[in-house]
Amino acid sequence: MEIKIPEVGESVREALLAKWFKKSGDSVKRDELLCEIETDKITLDLNADAAGVLTISVAEGTTVAVGTTIGQIEESVTDVETPAVVLAEPEPPKVEKHADAPTSPSVRREMREKSVSPDEVAGSGKGGRISLDDLFSRISEKTKIPPAAKTSPTTEIAVPVPVVLLSAPAVIAESPDKFSVRTEDAPAYTAGREERRPMSPLRKRIAERLVAARQQTAMLTTFNEADLSHIKALRSKYHEHFMKRHGFALGFMPFFVKACIEALKEFPSVNASIEGMDIVHHHYYDIGIAIGGEKGLVVPVLRNADRLKSYEIEQAIADFAEKIKSNRLAIADLEGGTFTISNGGVYGSMLSTPILNPPQSAVLGMHAIQDRPVVRDGQIVIRPMMYLALSYDHRIIDGREAVGFLKRVKEYIDDPEELLLEG
Amino acid sequence: MSEQTTFDLIIIGAGPGGYVAAIRARQLGMRVALIEKRATPGGVCLNEGCIPSKALLDSSELFSLARDKFAVHGIRVDPPQLDLAAMMLRKEDVVAKLADGVTYLLKKNAVELFQGTAVLKGVNSTGKHEVAVQLVSAGPTLLAAPRVILATGSQPTPLPGIPCDGQLVVTAREALSFDRVPDHLIIAGGGYIGLELGSVWRRLGALVTVIEMLPQLLPNMDRQAADALYRSLRKQGIQFKLGTRITGVQQRGATATVQFDSGTGAEEIGCDKLLVAVGRQPVTAGLRLEDLTVRLDERGRVIVDGAYQSSQPGIFAIGDLISGPMLAHKASEEGVACVEQMAGQRAGVEYEYIPGVCYTWPEAATVGKTEEQLKEAGTPYLSGRFNFSALGRARCMDETEGFVKILAHAENDRVLGVHIVGPRASDLIAEAAAIMSFEGTARDIALICHAHPTLSEALREAALDVHKEAIHV
Repeated sequence: MEIKIPEVGESVREALLAKWFKKSGDSVKRDELLCEIETDKITLDLNADAAGVLTISVAEGTTVAVGTTIGQIEESVTDVETPAVVLAEPEPPKVEKHADAPTSPSVRREMREKSVSPDEVAGSGKGGRISLDDLFSRISEKTKIPPAAKTSPTTEIAVPVPVVLLSAPAVIAESPDKFSVRTEDAPAYTAGREERRPMSPLRKRIAERLVAARQQTAMLTTFNEADLSHIKALRSKYHEHFMKRHGFALGFMPFFVKACIEALKEFPSVNASIEGMDIVHHHYYDIGIAIGGEKGLVVPVLRNADRLKSYEIEQAIADFAEKIKSNRLAIADLEGGTFTISNGGVYGSMLSTPILNPPQSAVLGMHAIQDRPVVRDGQIVIRPMMYLALSYDHRIIDGREAVGFLKRVKEYIDDPEELLLEG
Repeated sequence: MSEQTTFDLIIIGAGPGGYVAAIRARQLGMRVALIEKRATPGGVCLNEGCIPSKALLDSSELFSLARDKFAVHGIRVDPPQLDLAAMMLRKEDVVAKLADGVTYLLKKNAVELFQGTAVLKGVNSTGKHEVAVQLVSAGPTLLAAPRVILATGSQPTPLPGIPCDGQLVVTAREALSFDRVPDHLIIAGGGYIGLELGSVWRRLGALVTVIEMLPQLLPNMDRQAADALYRSLRKQGIQFKLGTRITGVQQRGATATVQFDSGTGAEEIGCDKLLVAVGRQPVTAGLRLEDLTVRLDERGRVIVDGAYQSSQPGIFAIGDLISGPMLAHKASEEGVACVEQMAGQRAGVEYEYIPGVCYTWPEAATVGKTEEQLKEAGTPYLSGRFNFSALGRARCMDETEGFVKILAHAENDRVLGVHIVGPRASDLIAEAAAIMSFEGTARDIALICHAHPTLSEALREAALDVHKEAIHV
């Protein structure tokens, strides 16, 4: 049975084969964890569809197209002889015609030089075309020397390559390989001083999106601060009750989600987005919650968050965090979103400017809660304060609206009873 | 043996195979001796082949344009006068300038050039091959190197029993330097050389008859292309006797009678020049290969392995000396691949993508498989074709003969062969060779934007026609 990179979502065309948990020749059980793949949106585990002996054909660290065969499970004899399940799926053997993949003269030359055969390389181009990049990433993963060491012009110029002259080889018939006049292999002398690794698809995607957000929007940020005294008091007052009913503690996030939704209702343009020459107003509230994972930031989306109860919001966010940890986040969890909340406070951030998550038009930045002296009724008092930041796309959100929106959020946090009255 | 005579590599023959190999070997850090018996480098190609024939083809083409085509373009001139001596001088000047260029390149790359004839002397006590050179200027000298490349090229095959005398019965070399236009030039052989030289002299006013033993011209070319070229050349007044064998030549003073048999009995025609262009054979005589264990095939070609090494270790051969088409660019490619392999690189020649050109007018150019070869191999294919007569630029040029034909795999659309008869086919074939080297498809060609109005649009239209989607048909 062939092991293939599965379809994981509409826009996902390639995946990084991040880690094999088994070796070639290992025998695996059905449903046993085989490997982990990483796409530009999520990472996920592949489990064995059948029991048998594993043969790995694509090594870890390789980026391959969706649908690529990465290994085989030679189903064990006993399994084949059990007619029940195994024979029930006579999957037509899809032969991957890698050997037939189009290449170019320089690619073929490098393949000969590096003793790589076309069927070892997954081509990324049209019709499986193998480019030099495909080949080099295959080679680098084979030799663990980054391809950049070879192509980087600075390295080539900096290295005085010793030209070994042909000094009278006595036995002429010997293999020409002995004859070392090659100038092409620059020594990997930089090893240790720096390390170079190709970006993972997830990191690439993050990079692209962030740059796009900067370049394609008119982003600016407005600030305010909120007094968390009331919310803190509410939480401690109802802590035990909430724990008893739901089995987990109530955090701050539900308050912010609800505050934002009420404010979004008052300032619909903050919940809108630009599509081409149109402004699209969304009459639903899908709130993205930015969560930092080990491999980068992901933003799972709370669907129709306006209809969720506080405990449901708390529960949903906890589920997302758990899914991210165990790599079970689905593409569906990440799609869409009309507004995002990013909580830099969990890392201790005092103040920051969050970056938009296009096509959304605004993002709320939460920060650390700190006891600060503030003036209330002419008195300096100590209150648990949080700075709030709203980055917004000035193309569709006017300054008045942005400031107004953030002020409303602040008011709802300062005085959560109002939320009760509104929603 | 003194130090100066020891090299890393000795190359015998400074033609397009040898001199290119020499320069590449120098780039790779080898110390190279290049032995050439002529006074100038460049081999047959530069001295008495490709270059002088193209110089004359271009000159004679201009002459025939002035005579036959100017009026069509609205240019009235008195009938142009041929100054054959000036035309020949120009040709010699082209050759001389290019030969100077090669000499300069060899010097620049510090290739040590020895002018003289070489004899292989076998392996000496240190395991090196010795090569004795009879220098033109300074007598004998002995060179030694662990490796020797034979790049001595080829020479015309004579007609059996009809030796060339250089006057009446001539080879291409003399036919490039006639001092007057022959009244009737008979050409034995309907290959590239015969057709090109026949074109030159036909344009300059000679009566030209091509006698070919086989029932068709250019037997390795796609049949449709060869037939189109055949009709074009006949229209220009070249006469053909196909399936005809020359049986004898009888000299009568300055003229000769050529006897031939076309299967319907013996016939004869008179001529004042007989050009023998029935093929070429490798030049190995004098090297004393017979003293070594260099094996030759039944046609006298050196048998080599993938590294171009012969059965004698350390002796290599490239170009016309070995199997494959006798083309200058093929020899150069082999020279480079051969020395790169010596240097440990995994070089190779991709023979399936070597283009071939016949510089008649219209030109004929080809790369890849012919339709006949595909049929024979049972490869499923689709054929697309576009005639230059439907092409704007060709109309402007008043060059409407010929077509582009593209053969693509029926299943994966890979371009398998491209055959062009028409104006500047020699330049147009480069795109086809590039696409095929990149293992591209007919659709790839169709999707590439081609400038308008150019001849290259014919390639795109032919590619579209593979899927019957041509716009201008």
